[in-house]
Amino acid sequence: MIFSLCLLLILIGLYGVVVSRQTLKIVISLLIMNHGVHLLLLLIGYREAGNPPIVDPAITITEFASSSVDPLPQALVLTSIVIGLGVLALMVALCVRLYERYGTFDVTEIRRLRG
Amino acid sequence: MTIDVQALMPMFVAVPLGLSLLIQLVARHRHVLAEALTILTLLLLTVMSYYSIGYSGVYHLGGWPTPVGIDMRLDALATLLLLIVSVVGLAVSLYSVDYMRRFTARSHFYSLFLLMVTGMNGVILTGDLFNLYVFLEVAAIASYSLVAFGCDHEELEASFKYIVLGSLSSALILTAVALVYGITGTLNLAHIAARIAETGRDTPLLLAFGLLIVGFSFKAALVPFHAWLPDAHPAAPAPVSAMLSGVLIKAIGIYVLARLAFNVFGIAENELSLLRWLGLLSMVAGGILATGQKDIKRLFAYSSISQVGFMVLGLGLGTPLGLVGGLYHMVNHALFKSLLFLNAGTIEYTTGTRQLKKLGGLNSKLPVTAATSLIGSMSIAGIPPFSGFWSKLIIVLACIESGHYGFATAAVLVSIVTLAYQLKVQRMAFFAALPDALKGLQREPPMMALAMILLATGCIALAFAVLTGLRDPWLVGAAAQVLTAGTFGG
Amino acid sequence: MNTPHRLGDEKLDMGITVKTVTRWLKGPILLFGIYLVLYGHITPGGGFGGGVVIASAFILITLASGDRASLHLFSKGVASRLDSIGLLIFLVLGWLGTGWTGSYFFSNFINTPEAAQFTLLSGGIMPMANIALGIKVASALFLVFTLLTAFHIVERELEDQSSTEAQQQENKS
Repeated sequence: MIFSLCLLLILIGLYGVVVSRQTLKIVISLLIMNHGVHLLLLLIGYREAGNPPIVDPAITITEFASSSVDPLPQALVLTSIVIGLGVLALMVALCVRLYERYGTFDVTEIRRLRG
Repeated sequence: MTIDVQALMPMFVAVPLGLSLLIQLVARHRHVLAEALTILTLLLLTVMSYYSIGYSGVYHLGGWPTPVGIDMRLDALATLLLLIVSVVGLAVSLYSVDYMRRFTARSHFYSLFLLMVTGMNGVILTGDLFNLYVFLEVAAIASYSLVAFGCDHEELEASFKYIVLGSLSSALILTAVALVYGITGTLNLAHIAARIAETGRDTPLLLAFGLLIVGFSFKAALVPFHAWLPDAHPAAPAPVSAMLSGVLIKAIGIYVLARLAFNVFGIAENELSLLRWLGLLSMVAGGILATGQKDIKRLFAYSSISQVGFMVLGLGLGTPLGLVGGLYHMVNHALFKSLLFLNAGTIEYTTGTRQLKKLGGLNSKLPVTAATSLIGSMSIAGIPPFSGFWSKLIIVLACIESGHYGFATAAVLVSIVTLAYQLKVQRMAFFAALPDALKGLQREPPMMALAMILLATGCIALAFAVLTGLRDPWLVGAAAQVLTAGTFGG
Repeated sequence: MNTPHRLGDEKLDMGITVKTVTRWLKGPILLFGIYLVLYGHITPGGGFGGGVVIASAFILITLASGDRASLHLFSKGVASRLDSIGLLIFLVLGWLGTGWTGSYFFSNFINTPEAAQFTLLSGGIMPMANIALGIKVASALFLVFTLLTAFHIVERELEDQSSTEAQQQENKS
């Protein structure tokens, strides 16, 4: 059930990319799509009524492994968020430069390359 | 002095990354130092990849044992690709010494270039699925910045289109990685292969595999997903176009497709058929669209799409001969397509235009460009005894051998179309009469000529690789055997 | 039409309340970020999260008092150099792992005794790697923010269009 909500978020992002007329709206839709994918990756590591994956001196390793949520997807999502930040910075810089050159944010007017 | 190849493996990634940062620190305003450091790095990488021919092994990063840590694997296929990346990178960095004189902020170009090489080396060498995604993104982000490097109208527009489609495909790949992790519980490629062999390929895994094929087809520019390539490759500066078309779409597109399909997921007849049809569609669509182009670099970009179709057709046949054909065509295409893009860049640098109608008579004015362009065009069109002929022949023979006569006929027809548009370029740009506007043309600068001669020599040398055996050319046969050996983790 | 959009030029400080509160808070935020980076091997956080919090301290100063104030504290040249140096330290740490006992890249070559687990000086090379990453992420984020807000959006194309339109109108009338 929750995974289909993640899929819905991804599809909303995809719809935004396809339909948007402005470059910044395309950027935001791509961000929403990334959020959906990160949520999917995080929820795969979830365990019902699990503990946060922080090791305590008082707990043994086997108990920890059977009662906590999976920490690996959390590390993966952290890395992926930083990658997304880099791409976002590049996209926003491109949008600003495109505005300098073409004078508009409208994608239908930024069409010098044809064929 | 023997150097352990095992210890060299992380250096393929660490050396270009370290030098990219070093250029930012010390050579920010001293462009000559940046150029020298880049050329030295790529020379070192070429020597290192030549040294590791014939070696295969696994390197555990950090000493952590396999299911816990990240592995790097080196085998014949990875060595082949490392060699291609280093040789083409070396030629392109020699070329860009002269070409980039017209741009400002040259040290940033060299840093981004080395970052792209880092990303590609990381993708080639890694044995871990998420590490593959991270290095893929590193190479992709560097290439988005490099396409927009000149900050001109067309470059920015092309880079925006490229970055939107690239981010979409990366999101799809990450979804697939999430699904694979959820189903198999591990990220190591060898362990994933073992788990898939145990549990069989049920529907969620097929969904993940389908998403991976779509995502990497975007990166490799196969036909329904090729929309970014005809804008991005012409608009980028010429050395960047050569790297993108020559190595990037192969290292992060075709190599990963082959690796995942053959060595991790295990290939079945359905997926092979899908790859064949994608290859056929790319070949035909790319070839037909290339004939009508008026811009020389856009014509070469559509030609890249067509040749990638050949490679995927060869891979999709699944037989040992088909794999040899596909991989040999990949190596050939890396060399001659980057040579052709460097030629187009030289033409643009000296004459100032890329439109075929305004060019002509360059045979007399730019002799090195004309000669190397002739070699490149004859190789790509498949004229014997050049290397392109042998690789296309192997693909056609492999199609006939496995009974797909329709695909073989299509491959021959597309080769004829390739010959047609290459002859068009040669006629209009080189053999036609010299227009008045180009009367005072100067010769090409020396470093550009050196780079083009280097690549042309490589093209001719590759034609002799077939002499070591049609089914087993030097290095390519060993690489194909890696793919036919089945899934990892035996 | 030629208004440069630059945060430091206009009177874009956000009032005396915001500036005073920022002056008090920038120290604790910076300290919190350094804590996240240093204790990254024991509690959640580490290089990425701690670096973002450190950068946000400087971004807060930019938002409250204009970018001249934050560039005075942490200039673009210093940020750019720290960016590269941070990742170079990370790579050198990895390379040191190879030479020490003939073992692998990024291997943990500092041995800490078992009893010292969960304290600050444990975890081998991980605290140093976290510090290098924290430096890099903080300077990179701060640079990205400063450069993106300091663009002079000179509206050249629109000026050309409006001047040709004005000419056409004159020609008609």
